[in-house]
Amino acid sequence: MSKTIAVIDYGMGNLRSVSKALEHVADAAHRVLVTDDPDIILSADRVVFPGQGAARDCMNAISEHHLNQAILSAARSKPFLGICMGLQVLMTFSEENQGTRLMGLFPGDVKRFPESRDADGMRLKIPQMGWNQVKQISTHPLWDGIEDDSRFYFVHSYYVDPEDRELVVGSTVYGIPFTSVIARENLFATQFHPEKSADDGLQLLRNFIHWEP
Amino acid sequence: MLAKRIIPCLDVDAGRVVKGVKFVDIRDAGDPVEVARRYNREGADEITFLDITASSDDRETIVHVVERVASEVFIPLTVGGGIRTAEDVRRMLNAGADKVAINTAAVFRPEFVKEAAERFGSQCIVVAIDAKRVSEEGEAPRWEIFTHGGRKPTGLDAIEWARRMVDYGAGEILLTSMDRDGTRIGFDLELTRAICDAVSVPVIASGGVGNLQHLVDGVVQGGADAVLAASIFHFAEYSIEQAKRFMADQGVEVRL
Repeated sequence: MSKTIAVIDYGMGNLRSVSKALEHVADAAHRVLVTDDPDIILSADRVVFPGQGAARDCMNAISEHHLNQAILSAARSKPFLGICMGLQVLMTFSEENQGTRLMGLFPGDVKRFPESRDADGMRLKIPQMGWNQVKQISTHPLWDGIEDDSRFYFVHSYYVDPEDRELVVGSTVYGIPFTSVIARENLFATQFHPEKSADDGLQLLRNFIHWEP
Repeated sequence: MLAKRIIPCLDVDAGRVVKGVKFVDIRDAGDPVEVARRYNREGADEITFLDITASSDDRETIVHVVERVASEVFIPLTVGGGIRTAEDVRRMLNAGADKVAINTAAVFRPEFVKEAAERFGSQCIVVAIDAKRVSEEGEAPRWEIFTHGGRKPTGLDAIEWARRMVDYGAGEILLTSMDRDGTRIGFDLELTRAICDAVSVPVIASGGVGNLQHLVDGVVQGGADAVLAASIFHFAEYSIEQAKRFMADQGVEVRL
């Protein structure tokens, strides 16, 4: 029987690229399901939690689709990959939209990049948009075959600042150093978009599909 | 460090890649999926498709082009040309585009940008600005927004317009100099610099690239976050990889 990878669809962002990239790297034994059905998420073998857009809209969409419990349960029990907003909403609180309460799986805030200028007087553009390097803070099976300091594609104005620094497995510099990847037991979550990060991104997705935490 | 992006642009007409000089003299440059695949192999940071199809019957073609490319090329894809309604945006995103570039529709109804950014998120809304220098020699430089491929003036000042579009939620500006587009004599660096200094979001410089030094100039002198070029890549004059190596040698941070 084939294994299922559920891509959680709560109406936030471009899920086609996530599911296409997973299908591209998955072998015949895996099936990719884009779904907003909590039962399918709970019975899936692996779960991918993507997201784009504003924090409040994401939180509203999660509750409108009655996905809160299914997401938290999956994040605690099976291989789980958060992407972009799918990382941010796992934290406690975001500065976005005059303050937004998040899912609260990990203590810590989501903060906006501070305004700043570089040595040439050019201002730091917000959002950060483009390919930046990820420093691998600790070894992890999802880094297999990916060199340290490889570049991934980012699009975001806010970043996570987890209280528990043990969670941090990837770090990036944009004006300031920030946490770009967290991991704990069965969970791995990235600020960047592996589905848009060419070969290294596909390698990370391939590693996720074969990950046995 | 964040890398400066190199973005090859494919002008697509009825499902084929074409490139005109100043919007005339259109030359066929191949199948968009083939071309996109090659650019991805060579290390393009994103790909932009500009749908220049005039006939509405052929509009559906670009959707299929995006669908085909998005199934096998895993870097960001932007689609521009003929994006007029929220439904157009939704169709392009569903087909696999990551961003849409809104141009003429923003000039006719600026609120469209606001609505699209609110509904789909600023990260996927690029506002394309076609600007032409209108100041006389010796005057302080001034640029105006033009529509219809640079034929119709609008009376809008380019810098004010860029600021307004960012206020309305544009996540990025695609800036084309109509004076330089297709000329291969380099970007209008003064214009690029002025817009980059005026807005807080990333700016893509476009229009006029004829050699690799022009790409470096756009970033170093113009201050652009990304550079877009079409013809120098289409006819295999330079590969993307060559362009990136050249830029890296000049001290520009790129993804190699």
